[in-house]
Amino acid sequence: MTTAIPNSYRTGPDETGHFGIFGGRFVAETLMPLILDLQKAYEDAKADPAFRKEMDGYLKAYVGRPSPLYLAERLTEHLGGAKIYLKREELNHTGSHKVNNVLGQIMVARRMGKKRIIAETGAGQHGVATATLCARFGLECIVYMGAVDVERQQPNVIRMEMLGAKVVPVQVGARTLKDAMNEAMRDWVTNVHNTFYCIGTVAGPHPYPMMVRDFQSIIGDETKVQMQEIEGRLPDSLIACIGGGSNAMGLFHPFLDDTSVDIYGVEAAGHGLTGLHAASIAGGRPGVLHGNRTYLLMDEDGQIQEGHSISAGLDYPGIGPEHSWLHSIGRVKYLSATDEEALAAFQLLSKLEGIIPALEPAHALAKVSELAPKLPKDHLMVVNLSGRGDKDVPQVGDILKGRQS
Amino acid sequence: MTTRIDTRFAELKAEGRSAFVTFVMAGDPDLATALEIVKALPKAGADIIELGMPFTDPMADGPSIQAAGLRALQAGMTLRKTLQLVRDFRKTDDKTPIVLMGYYNPIYIYGVDKFLPDAKEAGVDGLIIVDLPPEEDNELCIPAMKAGLNFIRLATPTTDDKRLPAVLANTSGFVYYVSVTGITGAAAADASVVGTAVARIKRHTKLPVCVGFGIRTPEAAKAIASHANGAVVGTALIDALKGSLDADGKATAKTVSAVADLTAALAAGVRGAKQAAE
Ligand SMILES: Cc1ncc(COP(=O)(O)O)c(C=O)c1O
Repeated sequence: MTTAIPNSYRTGPDETGHFGIFGGRFVAETLMPLILDLQKAYEDAKADPAFRKEMDGYLKAYVGRPSPLYLAERLTEHLGGAKIYLKREELNHTGSHKVNNVLGQIMVARRMGKKRIIAETGAGQHGVATATLCARFGLECIVYMGAVDVERQQPNVIRMEMLGAKVVPVQVGARTLKDAMNEAMRDWVTNVHNTFYCIGTVAGPHPYPMMVRDFQSIIGDETKVQMQEIEGRLPDSLIACIGGGSNAMGLFHPFLDDTSVDIYGVEAAGHGLTGLHAASIAGGRPGVLHGNRTYLLMDEDGQIQEGHSISAGLDYPGIGPEHSWLHSIGRVKYLSATDEEALAAFQLLSKLEGIIPALEPAHALAKVSELAPKLPKDHLMVVNLSGRGDKDVPQVGDILKGRQS
Repeated sequence: MTTRIDTRFAELKAEGRSAFVTFVMAGDPDLATALEIVKALPKAGADIIELGMPFTDPMADGPSIQAAGLRALQAGMTLRKTLQLVRDFRKTDDKTPIVLMGYYNPIYIYGVDKFLPDAKEAGVDGLIIVDLPPEEDNELCIPAMKAGLNFIRLATPTTDDKRLPAVLANTSGFVYYVSVTGITGAAAADASVVGTAVARIKRHTKLPVCVGFGIRTPEAAKAIASHANGAVVGTALIDALKGSLDADGKATAKTVSAVADLTAALAAGVRGAKQAAE
């Protein structure tokens, strides 16, 4: 695939919601009028200074932004190469980057007068963020979650319920994130008049990939300013894990036109790329699902395959369309890390820095362990620490215990 | 050009009645049984057959149709075999229009340029692709029209007068009015409300308007058929099929007749209705 290199990498999508051949609006007719309303509501909100001001207020006092940019000295010393900075999204209220996007979408939903919010969640972080803001603004909240994920992410299920959300375990398919997204779409088609679908990543029909990216771009915007303050220059490389790709897009987007910056996205390689995995770019092809064209895991006949990852937040068989485009033009390099590599990185960061990461960003950390030692000591590398590992403590604890006995 | 669908609606108009449109899933519960079912439908009174193309992620379908698609996939169904099923059906029936209904990805992966001539050659007359709104017409709708296949668009209660012209612009064959906002198998809409909606659509188009979603009984089919040019039934037929399967989900001696018998009853309902005003 070749796409003409534009003057800017930041101008997408076009007015029909496409990034090159990717993106678009592939949804049932019932939803189209609502999607067009949403697009208009979002554009109005973006142009309204009062909206930005109100959001900035909540980002500061409720979410706890800006999140710090922290030099991981012991990790840097241990790896013996690039200087590693962690963008501490795990310190946000609710424990991950997901809250940045949810705050934005809930404020748009309020402008549209919607009182019923639905969401899908894999690891539960997006569900927790949505439940939290629905509690804060007094909105009804329903979260669809694959029954398998309900099992492996119990702490987050309990949190959502405490926050007043209704968690609906989805019993079809592999009972993970993809199925939760289908179920959320079915609910949306049925209740389109009063319901706002709060999508958790940079995927879905236009305008979601753009809107979620815009809300997450605060991660990269802050990083730019913070790195200037600390080091007096831009970073040399950025790295983040990819499920749908929202934390990565949030860090990357403000830097896309800074071509001196190398950018890496890390997909979940599960048991390895020849086995069960969730690396849509490394192991998939362009196709159409969940409202957009993007890289997907599928068989010969175009039937969607299930992703697999140790991390419930990454085992989605697709990726946001803007990532597919950035891959096709070569601006971002997409790598992958296995379950085992992520587990090792999870332990390494916990022991060296006293920070227990979520299993998701542990995938990015796994590639840092590989890349950093080969880089010079003045190379500045930023890792998006997208979430904390509280939710994974029981699961990882069980795995490690199993290995000792 | 005139397609089998156009011809059928002209015949029905001459007869003074509305169409009975059946939906079944290609390959459910297995390829051979599905072919027998499709062959039995016209004899039982189906005027047009919608054939579902199974897909792993049918986002706008309810549990019954979703399960039917998964049964078919489990039994090894593919898009290629769906076209073969149509080809085999055409050996004994060259009149009954067949409309393929499903989601875009399997067609996209098959390759639009290859799919359209293959479908036409197999004897397919029209396509209903749930996740291709008019905004994505360049993908398949316009190439399908050029290839001589009808592209049948869904209109819904959320499609207002402002949007209807866009929805109807490249539609041919007939318009499929989805009478409820929701997934297949949802509760039925009130026939008089449907009548108002059909009248609204008819102010924008000369095409026949068929109505589906939520029709389960001969009485409901009759009521809808008196307000529209056709009534579509899917979930009820699939539920009848499912009820005939053995404990392992395999076809039994009763499977074909379970679908055919309900088709006959529903067709009688439709035939009892006065034709909707043109
Ligand atoms: C902490 C954390 N990081 C990353 C992800 C993956 O999502 P995305 O790729 O959209 O950032 C999740 C999803 O649940 C998550 O909880």
